[in-house]
Amino acid sequence: MTAIEAGILPVPPQAGDRSARAMMALVFCAVLLLVMVIASLTVGASGTSLLQALFAWASGEPIGLREKVILFDIRAPRTLLGALVGASLAVSGAVMQGLFRNPLADPGLVGVSAGAGLGAIMAIVLGGLLPPAFAALTGMYTVPIAAFLGGWLSTILLYRVATRKGRTSVAVMLLAGIALGALTGAIAGVMVYIADDNQLRDLTFWGLGSLAGATWTKLMVAGPLIILALVTTPFLARGLDALTLGEATAGHLGIPVQRMKNTAILTVAGATGASVAVSGGIGFVGIVVPHLLRLSIGPSHRYLLPTSALLGAAFLLGADMISRTIVAPSELPIGIVTATIGGPFFLYVLLRNRGILDM
Amino acid sequence: MKARILASALAFTALSTTAFADERVLSIGGSITEIVYALGEEDRLIARDTTSSFPAVVEELPDVGYMRALSPEGVLSVDPTLIIAEAGSGPLETIEVLEGANIPFITIPDGFDRPAVATKIQAVAQALGVPEKGEELAAEIDAQLAALETSVDAPARVMFILSTQGGRIMASGTNTAADGIIALAGGTNAVTGFEGYNPLTDEAVTLAAPDVIVMMAREGDHNTADADLWAHPAISTTPAAQTQSIVRMNGLLLLGFGPRTPEAAQALHSALYDEG
Repeated sequence: MTAIEAGILPVPPQAGDRSARAMMALVFCAVLLLVMVIASLTVGASGTSLLQALFAWASGEPIGLREKVILFDIRAPRTLLGALVGASLAVSGAVMQGLFRNPLADPGLVGVSAGAGLGAIMAIVLGGLLPPAFAALTGMYTVPIAAFLGGWLSTILLYRVATRKGRTSVAVMLLAGIALGALTGAIAGVMVYIADDNQLRDLTFWGLGSLAGATWTKLMVAGPLIILALVTTPFLARGLDALTLGEATAGHLGIPVQRMKNTAILTVAGATGASVAVSGGIGFVGIVVPHLLRLSIGPSHRYLLPTSALLGAAFLLGADMISRTIVAPSELPIGIVTATIGGPFFLYVLLRNRGILDM
Repeated sequence: MKARILASALAFTALSTTAFADERVLSIGGSITEIVYALGEEDRLIARDTTSSFPAVVEELPDVGYMRALSPEGVLSVDPTLIIAEAGSGPLETIEVLEGANIPFITIPDGFDRPAVATKIQAVAQALGVPEKGEELAAEIDAQLAALETSVDAPARVMFILSTQGGRIMASGTNTAADGIIALAGGTNAVTGFEGYNPLTDEAVTLAAPDVIVMMAREGDHNTADADLWAHPAISTTPAAQTQSIVRMNGLLLLGFGPRTPEAAQALHSALYDEG
């Protein structure tokens, strides 16, 4: 984090050298992510002797079952999932902020997170009521699947409410999102009320987020949706940039505004729903990462979207490493880590950059 | 899901009869850890979970985290060869990864009455490969509990209060450890309208009319907390408030349903009837 601060943050960007700075930031974030991926594979409660095991495995020597399980069944899927979820949260935040022309927007505002959260809560509390055949089919993935469905359903509902004669009103969607948030909150309250004390503890831990449940199966389910969003969003960059001038102007500039909004909302809903489903409630990344980058490299989405993806992935991997080593062999929920590191750091950056914000 | 845990528990229980004494045992759940100690098998323990806090010496062992939120690598890092866990431990993803690493994960069934304590002790002893010791301890504990089952002329109406956060009374209904220990101590639960721990309306508190209030002991100034409790409008109308009858006990002792349950039931019984 200090490296970002030293390397790309403090100086207010000048219009002229923005793209040079952006390229530097892009390279820096990519290198940071690479370092984090390697660190994440080698650091953990079981010690670093695993690096040797990894080399041994790479050179074809046999390694123990325990090392194999830790490297390939625990750390590898966890690292991949952490990177994907981090990238997904940060990019979704950046897209939503562009779409709503509001730097405080995040997927939470349009009800994706609330809907996904409600799905998970209902699955935890009411899972016992499912037909046994269905429960056997979904097994331990009942909660993620319910979270994903909840996220999608709430997004589609909001989208329908906000779309009239083929035009989507971002303002209506925002307001409807607030209404839906209140409603999902109330239903969640009912679930909390009827939950037994064990389910209550599950709810609490789910809300704090964790990558501890990372498995290859979860990765197979959530990965494609997140990757789809990561591949799609760069094509939205020009449209999102034009949108800062207003919808009408963007339309005159030749941007297919409605189609762009459709794509943005659906991909973000998919990626966020999938992320929340597999990792629980990890807040904060979606707002902070795009903000930091906007302060550093300016608001052009051409650079903001890819750097957000890289920095979001690196940030979440870093937070996850702290979460699983600081109280090892126990583990701190990652939502606690992202908020305690990100919060004060973000405030510090805001204080230093008050001058260039002026918003 | 529960059925799956039990099924795998049974499968591993069958395997574990060949257990060796040099096994590295990880104990998950306060009552399980207490049973391991009561069986005299504590030398085999290499780690525990957050809820395992008795006897005090167990806190020197590494803590692998909260029993319902175990992380697979954290558990593997203490290198266990056998994991004995209270019902509800998990999550399932972690158990599945541990099974992949060929580490038996035995889940011990839970329950809140006299037979359940014996069953729990026998299951832990079975998992450790010392079934005879288990039979012995279970019989001993069961005899102690049986000795307590003397008929009480007028059972005290007891309300277990989990918390009074913001003036809202969270009390224990039926089918909880609190309900179970009240029965073992010869009292009756004053709250029977629901299962589990739920908030009560002030009127329901008044109608329940408990003779005694039971709470978990916490750090801090208990006298002040007592004064607050008696000042609560709903509680102030109850017989318990008139006689200022409150029992505070360590949560693990009171609700653990392990080898110290006779002690807990005896202590609660004395508090309810001898000093009331």
